[in-house]
Amino acid sequence: MKSSKRFGITPGNLVAWGYALIILGPMLWIVSNSFKRQIDILMGTTISPGTLVNYRQLLFSRQSDFAQNLLNSGIVALSATVIVLVIATLAAFTIVRLQPPKWAVWLLLGWALVFHMLPTLTFLGSWYVMYSNAGLHGSYTALILTQVVQNLPTTLFLMVGFMLAIPNELIQAARLDGCSYGQVFRRIVLPLSFGGIAAAGSLAFINAWSDFAIALNLSNRDTMTAPVAIATFAQEFEVQYGAMAAASVVSMIPALVLILFGQRYVIRGLMAGAVK
Amino acid sequence: MSRFTTGQRNRIWRIGSLLPAALILVLLSIYPVFNLIDLSLSEVTWSGGQSSSSYVGLDNYHTLFTDEPVYWAGVRNTIVFALTAVALQMVLGFSMALSVQRLSGISRAVLTTIFLLPIVIPPIVIGAMWRLLLGREFGMVNQLLGAVGIPPIDFLGNGDIALLSVIAVDVWHWTPFAFLLLLTGLESLDEEVFDAARFDVTSGWQRLRYITLPLMMPTFLITLGLRLILSFKVFDEIYLLTGGGPGTATEVINFSIYRTFFTQDKTGLGSAMSVVTLVAVAVLIVIVNGAIRMRRKREVNG
Repeated sequence: MKSSKRFGITPGNLVAWGYALIILGPMLWIVSNSFKRQIDILMGTTISPGTLVNYRQLLFSRQSDFAQNLLNSGIVALSATVIVLVIATLAAFTIVRLQPPKWAVWLLLGWALVFHMLPTLTFLGSWYVMYSNAGLHGSYTALILTQVVQNLPTTLFLMVGFMLAIPNELIQAARLDGCSYGQVFRRIVLPLSFGGIAAAGSLAFINAWSDFAIALNLSNRDTMTAPVAIATFAQEFEVQYGAMAAASVVSMIPALVLILFGQRYVIRGLMAGAVK
Repeated sequence: MSRFTTGQRNRIWRIGSLLPAALILVLLSIYPVFNLIDLSLSEVTWSGGQSSSSYVGLDNYHTLFTDEPVYWAGVRNTIVFALTAVALQMVLGFSMALSVQRLSGISRAVLTTIFLLPIVIPPIVIGAMWRLLLGREFGMVNQLLGAVGIPPIDFLGNGDIALLSVIAVDVWHWTPFAFLLLLTGLESLDEEVFDAARFDVTSGWQRLRYITLPLMMPTFLITLGLRLILSFKVFDEIYLLTGGGPGTATEVINFSIYRTFFTQDKTGLGSAMSVVTLVAVAVLIVIVNGAIRMRRKREVNG
């Protein structure tokens, strides 16, 4: 379009930057609050001498478990991401290129799509009862497994999409050369789907890292994740705004890193997950 | 390895590669539904971290439909919440997409990154953020209002506006998602249509009204349907912002389920709520899916 070559301030331009301000403003506010003492937050002081007291207490004090909470979030999110990537990539290759029975594909993808849209909260009670009776309540295993099933639908759809983009001729040629399915997968499909795996992986990690509802109800004191800890700051008799702000800032970091260095993959992931 | 022929190995691979995904879905998403139905027909008691249930027929459903006004307040709020929030997200998201579409190069990249932030940061952080922003005495919003002479508003504690505040936060959270889908839709429109019509439509408004909007209808429908269904998932932000209060002002379905299950320990009743909610959302999914399909069919037939 011709207008795209125009620079300078246009109404459209202004609208866009206005929206950007509305999005950035609140985020900057919470960052600035994280460097304020509780008293300054409550007094509504806009400018105050910066202090690291919130971060120091949050991460290094004896009373705070937040370092452990972060570690738990990391363990759960990373393990779930790796597992779901392996499972979904294997399944997607077979679905796209190895002609499994139609009804099986239809059932698998159809249910995955529906499950993805159903509210997580409606499943939590059932999971809770299942894990409790299996003696798994509060364990990493329970949290990781639940994150795997939560992220399986999106990851599966993403990987199916990316597998479709790998030319069938390549796979046919390898088959003619006598490669087994396993060899085709390892030597051709895996190296070619790196971009897809990165996109699906970023998205799964962000989702698992951000989860609150599952960890709230299925974790215990030892396995509590960072989002649950943030919520507990708000529920104490005196709300710890400083700690809440600092903890929020710290738990935004992985998402910020991903969006700065892997924006391409994150967008691909978000889009492909939504359109199907 | 050499014990098997290539054909046998391929058969094992074909089944083995689908098995983990199928197993996880059956065990942790299909079985739980049947488990829920079973629990909803039972009275569940807990001892030593183990549950035991006895069959009580439709008792829990009877209680739910006759004696649970909080859940039904939640149903009403959720519907109001979903419709209002999604309508706003569509309008704002589309205007964002239109404004970004015209940009190029660095400013476009910077803006897209900024617009994506609310989607990728943890929802609980969004709750914490807006709790600080909407705080009665110290929040930034009230400070800004104070600067233009408006007295402080109790955004989260006043029952008349709490739901609106929660809707506003959800709009902040999810408008970027609508933006992303609509921008992709805009960019995939056929440039030739615009070229062909350049003598017939003169103003930018006409182009928007007579070409862009009609062509975007399918994308609108998909975005709208998807956001509508997904907004029934809302929980995290409300948990931190208002906890469903004051009273039942911001009670949503997910919150009732959470409270019944986990703070009141009424497993049977919570399961009945979950089952009713699951069925309702499933019906919604079928309706939305049907609408999108019908629309596609109409297009194919001209």
